[in-house]
Amino acid sequence: MQDRPTVDELLEAVAGFLHGDVMSNTTGRINFHARVAGNVLQMLRRELTEMEGQLSREWAGLDGLLGVEATPASRDDTWRKIVKRNEALAQRVRDGFGDDETDRERLMAHFRATSHDKLAVSNPALAEQR
Amino acid sequence: MDAAEVEAGLTRFVAERWGSAGVAIANLARFSGGAGRETWGFDARPERTSAPEVLEAVFRCDPIKGVPSMPGRALEFHLIKAAWDEGVVVPEPLWDGDDRFGVKFFTMKRVAGETLGARLVRGEQYANARELLPGQLAESLARIHRVTREAHPELAEIPGPAQGVSPAQAEVDNYEASYRLNTQDPHPVFELAFRWLHAHMPRVEERVLVHGDYRLGNFIFDETGLRAVIDWELAHWGDPMEDIGWLAVKSWRFGGSQPMAGVGGREAFFAAYEAAGGFPVDRERVRFWELFGNLRWGVITIGQVANYLAGRSKSVELASIGRRTAETEWELLNLLEGKGD
Repeated sequence: MQDRPTVDELLEAVAGFLHGDVMSNTTGRINFHARVAGNVLQMLRRELTEMEGQLSREWAGLDGLLGVEATPASRDDTWRKIVKRNEALAQRVRDGFGDDETDRERLMAHFRATSHDKLAVSNPALAEQR
Repeated sequence: MDAAEVEAGLTRFVAERWGSAGVAIANLARFSGGAGRETWGFDARPERTSAPEVLEAVFRCDPIKGVPSMPGRALEFHLIKAAWDEGVVVPEPLWDGDDRFGVKFFTMKRVAGETLGARLVRGEQYANARELLPGQLAESLARIHRVTREAHPELAEIPGPAQGVSPAQAEVDNYEASYRLNTQDPHPVFELAFRWLHAHMPRVEERVLVHGDYRLGNFIFDETGLRAVIDWELAHWGDPMEDIGWLAVKSWRFGGSQPMAGVGGREAFFAAYEAAGGFPVDRERVRFWELFGNLRWGVITIGQVANYLAGRSKSVELASIGRRTAETEWELLNLLEGKGD
């Protein structure tokens, strides 16, 4: 295991540098991109914190719509398998799953949960409004 | 092009248009932004006059010699001219270009003001502008929609739906193709939205000039509100309701609490648009185009990520825009559930 600072602490340090020193000593395009880059690092901090819980929630939601499957052992495999399962879900939506009212309610509840989880990482201010 | 080349060419070009022996070009500077074109500001005045009148102008040209952009500078000049003639608030067109630069170009008068949406929505100095802007936007939009293909043969090359295809079908097909081409991940929410659009396709054959990108960011404003509608590159023939729906897209509200450009109420905007001679506002069609607009912006974010991943740009801004796709998914869910505002 690595010594301190942790990943989160180092990301925070670099984000602070971009939003502090870099932004106060630049203008125009570089200044704007320093803001964007710092925001990306803050987003990654949230993503690393939330990822485990969000992946298992999305997996459980897909279980409810597509049938139960065992969760893969590693996080990377879970990630890849969720992409595959979302491809299957996308195909089912194209084929009319969700046209029926009962299915649609379950589908929308899943979409709401997964989209809200994404927003909690990418745009927490917007996520909190809901 | 480099500044010396632009200055030399402009000096002769303006002199010829003025029929003047000598012209001085000053304050030539390239504006940032826009991979699809180059935009330069310049001041021109005739030499050897005691009371020189300074012309503050803009020079716009295609970026690469031999590669015309769409719809191209020549067409953009005709568009702005047609809009100007209808009384749309646009920069006053000056002169269409010729072949001297090896790229298409034109000139128009320079308009002072700014364009950043967040500044309009939040800036204390823009309280008055926020009051005025919705009505001004409604009026200019009504005038844009009066431009027809029949009355403007010089605009014949502007794209439009193929024979037998409705404007809505053409737009949905276009963005659905872009989505299927560019997406890195499956987006089941987008599939549901496309399915809704296909089931609610308006069968309207109206074909008027649609600005195509009528939103905050493409309006020059100051304390008095609208100073110019710019960025005509996505103009096409289509359904006038498309521009109204696009103006209500969530991302173009820049955090503002009102639906129209973040600062205007729906019904007030519709009334102002109709009063200015616009088409009768069909609320169902506006809803269709608003939902489409949110999806369209989502597809554009996916396209920008594809540009980044393919190495066509190394911009951190372009890369991170992929994480804005989720905002469009969320708004699509609101609209699909009838919970839009």
